Amino acid sequence: MTGTTSVKDLFTKNLRTSGIYIAFVVIVGLFAILTGGTSLSPMNVTNLVLQYSYILILAIGMVMVIIAGHIDLSVGSVVAVTGAVSAVLVIKYDMPWWVGVLAALGCGVLIGAWQGFWVAFVGIPAFITTLAGMLMFRGLTLLVLNNTSLSPFPEPYRNIAAGFQNGLLGGAGYDVFTLVVFALAVAGYFFSAWRTRRSQIAYEQPVVAFPLFILQLVLVAAVVMWFAWQLASARGLPNVLIILAVLIIAYSLVTTRTVFGRHVYAIGGNLAAAMLSGVKVKWVNFGVMLNMGILASVAGVVFSARSNAAQPAAGNMFELDAIAACFIGGAAVTGGVGRVTGAIVGGLIMAVMSNGMQLMGVPQSVQSVVKGLVLLLAVAFDVYNKRRAGAR
Amino acid sequence: MAEHILEMRKITKTFPGVKALSDVELSVFDGEIHGICGENGAGKSTLMKVLSGVYTYGTYEGDIVFDGEVQQFHSIPDSEEKGIVIIHQELALIPYLSVAENIFLGNERRGKNGMIDWNVTNHEAMKLLDRVGLKENPITPVNQLGVGKQQLIEIAKALSKDVRLLILDEPTAALNDDDSEHLLQLLRVLKEEQGITSIMISHKLNEIAEICDRTTIIRDGHTIETFEMTRDAGIQDRIIRGMVGRDLTNRYPSREHVIGEEVMRVEDWNVYHPTQPGRIVVENANFSVRKGEVVGIAGVMGAGRTELAMSLFGRSYGRDITGKVFMHGEEVHITDVSSAIKHGLAYATEDRKRYGLNLIDDVRRNISSAALFKLSKRGWVNGNKEIKVAEEYRGSMNIKTPTVMQTVGNLSGGNQQKVVLSKWIYSDAEVMILDEPTRGIDVGAKYEIYTIINRLVAAGKAVIIISSELPELLGTCDRIYTLAFGRVTGEVPVAEATQEKLMTLMTQEKEVRA
Repeated sequence: MTGTTSVKDLFTKNLRTSGIYIAFVVIVGLFAILTGGTSLSPMNVTNLVLQYSYILILAIGMVMVIIAGHIDLSVGSVVAVTGAVSAVLVIKYDMPWWVGVLAALGCGVLIGAWQGFWVAFVGIPAFITTLAGMLMFRGLTLLVLNNTSLSPFPEPYRNIAAGFQNGLLGGAGYDVFTLVVFALAVAGYFFSAWRTRRSQIAYEQPVVAFPLFILQLVLVAAVVMWFAWQLASARGLPNVLIILAVLIIAYSLVTTRTVFGRHVYAIGGNLAAAMLSGVKVKWVNFGVMLNMGILASVAGVVFSARSNAAQPAAGNMFELDAIAACFIGGAAVTGGVGRVTGAIVGGLIMAVMSNGMQLMGVPQSVQSVVKGLVLLLAVAFDVYNKRRAGAR
Repeated sequence: MAEHILEMRKITKTFPGVKALSDVELSVFDGEIHGICGENGAGKSTLMKVLSGVYTYGTYEGDIVFDGEVQQFHSIPDSEEKGIVIIHQELALIPYLSVAENIFLGNERRGKNGMIDWNVTNHEAMKLLDRVGLKENPITPVNQLGVGKQQLIEIAKALSKDVRLLILDEPTAALNDDDSEHLLQLLRVLKEEQGITSIMISHKLNEIAEICDRTTIIRDGHTIETFEMTRDAGIQDRIIRGMVGRDLTNRYPSREHVIGEEVMRVEDWNVYHPTQPGRIVVENANFSVRKGEVVGIAGVMGAGRTELAMSLFGRSYGRDITGKVFMHGEEVHITDVSSAIKHGLAYATEDRKRYGLNLIDDVRRNISSAALFKLSKRGWVNGNKEIKVAEEYRGSMNIKTPTVMQTVGNLSGGNQQKVVLSKWIYSDAEVMILDEPTRGIDVGAKYEIYTIINRLVAAGKAVIIISSELPELLGTCDRIYTLAFGRVTGEVPVAEATQEKLMTLMTQEKEVRA
């Protein structure tokens, strides 16, 4: 089966996955025009990353939950309660910043295990378990914070979300370090793409034609380096972007290359068949919920660090943004379908839209309506595609 | 009887890239039972969808002439209006609603005030139930009735719509022999006493031969021929010849019987119903299978065949399971599916769409799904090797798909079954339990499945076939166990087995059951 795939195949066969990238580019372009270029300014690009990072972190965990056929409504409350625990320790009891971070992560583990236990071993639908969790953890947030806000965090804690790696290698008006990191990343990407292609050829699988392959690499490199330049000319490399990048790469690999990831897809695709193929369904479900708890606590740390406070109402509605990101990113409501990268791009689409509309001074009310419509249309597109594919 | 109730003339239906039907001709006389035979994917269902208005007027070419008039159906209600009702293979009843509610669903009997008149509804439902020979209270929820009775309710529902042409898509696929016989009898009564014309699609050729007046054969979207049914024995061969386009002199490929030592033995196996405490589903089952042997398990539906297999396969069914399993003479303790797989067991389910395959995933990942441990190191899957493995099976099992990246849901039944078999062969199973391996598969693909089974035993595997088709068991097995009411009632070497003998054992009741 050696052969090459043409450009047309690349698009038509993967319309569902490539559609989202095209939509993303269109939306970025649209807002660049509408805001007269402001949305692409170095400062704004930096802000965008900082402002929506925690939604993206949540979306990574959420997409796995959704692929397995569940949902998690509690993540907003988990963000709040983990942030609150950390704030109480660091601000009230004057503990070092890392104690707060570890405590928050520990809470995430406990919460994830708690919800995983009910979903996987008792068999309560995740919708109910996490709806209960949403109420409980919000209540616990109020309890821990005694109904008031706590602030400010000490500098090192704030730097988790608001800090930058800047000036490590100097540079006039732009940060060389940022550019070097991104250049290394691009080189790494080239290398892994090349290796993948080599082994695909060795295993006699179809690959894209060589010029097309090069074009892909060049395009990716151009976009990434442009992004790096924007960051470098603003404030440097945001710490939170490093966290995010590590998570995205790690979870993309987990979902696509590991046995655990495979089992998550198998459960969502056909639970009974997965069970009869030897998948330890309960443990996989437990793992998925546990993981969501941990990622929600990471988002809790990032969010509290960014807002420099722990508030009773923190994280309100985050779950809905994270869920929307997954569905816009091509995850299927029925489970079994979805990708980490899709969820990230889905989240970025939401981020670029909100941010663009804010820059344009669009009222909150209209923003909400537009976001809702985009979610609806994205899923409608997905349903339409499926129906077309299943027409026979 | 010479008058046509329905003529479909030069029906052509094209999907993007595929011509599903080309110039299909079908003519049905008023008051006959007309059979339609064809392999899976031949276009039978498409033709019926055109007829019932699922594919609306204008999306196909050709004419539907019903009652001498060209019809333009834009929806299913349009065709039902004319008295054409289709009953699909998968029953469309709502389990928690009553019999009467189901019969009049979408067609409710209302009183003057617009509310449902329950007296009229239930009374009329009773009359309809009487017409189909079902003695049930119309207020019984449908889920309390068996599949056979549910099928009759579907027919009652059709009668409530003043049906003139009844289309049945594989009506007996899920029924046991008694229920099937009853249903066929009913079709005959409806024809003779009420003048209702029927079109019956079926893979069960003996049923077609028994009940149909005429039969039309469809192959690859073309009408092959329509002929009068006679009661002579050659008629089934004629149908098969038409369906596959060649002679199948032997429906079961022959093999050399090289039987080795015992691989698996099951002793005193007891299984209780998962939700009804105290109800025993499998009682004291004892059986064994040897290397290179094909063992059959014959039993009617509900005899506990699937329950026996699933309880053995990692306790996937039932509770309070007791008994011993020996592999190569040593007792093994199988606690869950993954340990069953590790001990060399495989179970290909009866319902591959619901329990056997992840239909939205591709061929490659379905093949590897039971044996990812062979493809992974420390939790990481070798994706390239996986594709290579899948490609090998695509070749050796003759899975008809353009690439192994094809979604399994898009394959035909026979090819899906080959994917299931590939999956279990790749898991290195020593004992393969195949539950109804050829259900819903066309004649040509059946032959291929039998060939695969022969290859498996030639390679030293042991195969257990669970089937309700006795000719299939007689044609493929070395030994046949019969199962009745959860008990093994007999063990017959194939040389001594006949359908009658097996059937007697399969229906052997224990002395007075409560």
